[in-house]
Amino acid sequence: MAAKEPVKASEIDPKFKYEISKIHGGEKLMRCFQCGTCTSDCPVAKFSETYRPRQIIRMAQLGLKDRVLNSDTLWLCAACFTCTDRCPQDVEVASVIRVLRNLAAEKGVVPQVFKEQAASILESGYAYRIPELRIKKRESLGLPPLPKGNAESIRKSLEGVGFLKHMEKRSEQ
Amino acid sequence: MANNKYLLFLGCAIPYRVVAYEISARKVLQKLGVELVEMPEFNCCGLPLDPVSHETMLILAARNLALAEQKGLDIITLCPGCGGTLKKVAKMLKEDKALCEEVNSHLKASGLEFKGTVEVKHIMQVLMEDVGLERLKDAVVKPLTMLKVAEHNGCHILRPKGFIAFEDPEDPKTLKTLIEATGATCLDYMDETECCGAPSVGVSDKVALQLARDKLNHIKMVDAEAMITICPSCHIMYDTNELRIEKMFNEAYGIPVLHYPQLLGLAIGIAPEELAFSELRVDTSRILKQVTESEK
Repeated sequence: MAAKEPVKASEIDPKFKYEISKIHGGEKLMRCFQCGTCTSDCPVAKFSETYRPRQIIRMAQLGLKDRVLNSDTLWLCAACFTCTDRCPQDVEVASVIRVLRNLAAEKGVVPQVFKEQAASILESGYAYRIPELRIKKRESLGLPPLPKGNAESIRKSLEGVGFLKHMEKRSEQ
Repeated sequence: MANNKYLLFLGCAIPYRVVAYEISARKVLQKLGVELVEMPEFNCCGLPLDPVSHETMLILAARNLALAEQKGLDIITLCPGCGGTLKKVAKMLKEDKALCEEVNSHLKASGLEFKGTVEVKHIMQVLMEDVGLERLKDAVVKPLTMLKVAEHNGCHILRPKGFIAFEDPEDPKTLKTLIEATGATCLDYMDETECCGAPSVGVSDKVALQLARDKLNHIKMVDAEAMITICPSCHIMYDTNELRIEKMFNEAYGIPVLHYPQLLGLAIGIAPEELAFSELRVDTSRILKQVTESEK
């Protein structure tokens, strides 16, 4: 894994931690003293050979910007917030990881599953494409019709949002 | 009863593939006197897109809150993800004026505005606070004393605690109390509050399914006859995926996974046929037999 390779001075961006600290959720990044509570309590780290929240936080503190933003393991966090709740330094670990993921997404690193969900939400309001059959089945099960998504109104509300501008640009290419 | 009329926020996972939760929840709430009003229009709570765009999540959540405000009704959710997200965003926007203004500048384009006037509750909270434990217990006509079950909470209705403030995420008692109100025994087991892994599906199915498997192992160890969930995504991990996990890891569980309203429904005298047990993947006939035979 990339995180284990020696750190070169040339790949360090000393401003990176300050950049993160200015974003909502990333404010307390610099408080981390590397105790490892997050990793030892992380249910994903238990089964993943590569995902270590403490390591991600350290990479961010050190300014290994490209390494951390291009790291596949960044996307493994299940956002259960156990690390956030148990951090003795109140770092909001899961939120720092979300900030890093958002920064990666701005650079164009977006796992397929999120692209599909975003496209579906813009189209129907729902994060999944609900098959016509299931919609019809509701009636036979005695359920009321599903509320409809107002795609036009959703799009209007999301106008100017950086992430969606990127998504649209990419789909045009 | 404190509040007996709610706007139902169904979310995406339930209509997509967890219809039994919706059916049983509607039946149970109706019987307990909670009226449900359908959302006038719908969009995802925003949670699935938080990893890629926090801003998108905020706007999507705020849209739903603003729609509920127009209706003048508090929101009930069945999904902890939706419930937690809407609760969290409502709190964030109420406490951060600048953020609220920024989000509202987006909503304005579609004639909406977040004012912060509605409350968001997960179904567990409505059962505890609005129906109340006493009334719930009074409604029980068939105590399920023959059943030993294990609970599984949903992370997002408990964490992060600073935002959700529903109950102690390290020792949550609500679901346990609600299960015991039906007469069933709720067993303790190792790593009870751990995540099911659902959010990592799609990124690494292998890791996600190992999380679910770990929990099924713990539950099997204490001889639970069923697992009780209150989250559609957790339910998919344990019920829909149980067979897949059995095959992948060469295990045999056969543990039925019930939505809490299905368990409660049985206890308050709703016929099993009305509680959509047939929509579950893992066979529930053994526990249903236990329940019906105990009548004789």
